[in-house]
Amino acid sequence: MAVAEGKTSPETSEKSWHGVVLQTLKRNDIRLVPYVPDRVLTTLIKNLHADPFFTTFPTAREEEAVGIVSGAWMGGLRGAVLMQTSGFATLANVLASLAIPYQIPLIMFVSERGTLGEFNYGQSLVCRTMRPVLDSLAMEHHTATRLDEFEFIVDRSIKQAITTQAPVALILSPLLTGGKVFDK
Amino acid sequence: MNNDTAARNTKVMNRFDLTSRLITKLKHEEAVIGGIGNTNFDLWAAGHRPQNFYMLGSMGLAFPIALGVALAQPDRRIFALEGDGSLLMQLGSLSTIATLAPKNLTMVVMDNGIYQITGAQPTPGSTVADIVAIAVASGLTNSTWAADEDDFERLIEESMSTAGPTLIGVRIDDKPGTGTTRRDPVQIRERFMHGMGVREPL
Repeated sequence: MAVAEGKTSPETSEKSWHGVVLQTLKRNDIRLVPYVPDRVLTTLIKNLHADPFFTTFPTAREEEAVGIVSGAWMGGLRGAVLMQTSGFATLANVLASLAIPYQIPLIMFVSERGTLGEFNYGQSLVCRTMRPVLDSLAMEHHTATRLDEFEFIVDRSIKQAITTQAPVALILSPLLTGGKVFDK
Repeated sequence: MNNDTAARNTKVMNRFDLTSRLITKLKHEEAVIGGIGNTNFDLWAAGHRPQNFYMLGSMGLAFPIALGVALAQPDRRIFALEGDGSLLMQLGSLSTIATLAPKNLTMVVMDNGIYQITGAQPTPGSTVADIVAIAVASGLTNSTWAADEDDFERLIEESMSTAGPTLIGVRIDDKPGTGTTRRDPVQIRERFMHGMGVREPL
């Protein structure tokens, strides 16, 4: 993979999407990871907690987590927020009044519910609001569907967010993560 | 204004006066995060410092933003000023802060029981809720109402050497803010980062 220069990892088949997130956060010195959990994020959250490099903890609401990483950025500590689609739907105000106008490189990982096998009608509806909100604010966002592209997308997006001082949303498609299905 | 009950023997004070008293005490480039509206207008009016951060939206996030700064800079004292109406929007953050227990965070809740800036409508908690009791029940055991101005100053000083987060509730009058923050978010953020020693000016 282009961005994995210097790393010799012939066993790419052993790579997992959550391993890529953890390693790429680390490589970019992103230490603070508040989250509102999602089933799909379980392993990632567990591994973040197990790694002393990270300060990771749950918050009561997603916008609280956005406030925390915004303050941390201004104090010189890099962060990223984990959430699911319905959590993103609570963020329009804080994106429009804090992250974007103050030029905060807010990095968000959004586990995508509501599509490709969704069983909860409410989730499928709220999912439809996500990209229109991102587009209406002209925010950078990418939907990751393939493991072979994932490290490139995550690494480049983090670097772009920081250098351009602009937020980014990385949407984790069920095509990448497997998603959450009814019989789970 | 809150209805005074038997349990509420605290003096009704003034936001600008208390904010000015706080700023006078700051000698070590302490950070101050001002919540939206009157809270940061009075912070601005008390005298701009590069270590001040003024919110221009995202109601309720003064304490979460302050928590982020406190985690990033554990050797600096961080103050956060928030209104009662704002805090009611983000009560969950009190539990988050109690769990992380930063040693360097002092939170002040300016409680007038009203949304002063939108026309002085009472908050839903104005006659029934006790912000300090809510904070204690959220795990912030070091939470106290300030009885008067002297008590406020004493609590502020005490908080600077306390081994955990402090929350100070103050009952304030229904006066509006005394100034108006210059609404330039990029400059506010950049100046604050200079004040935090994170960046040098171009």
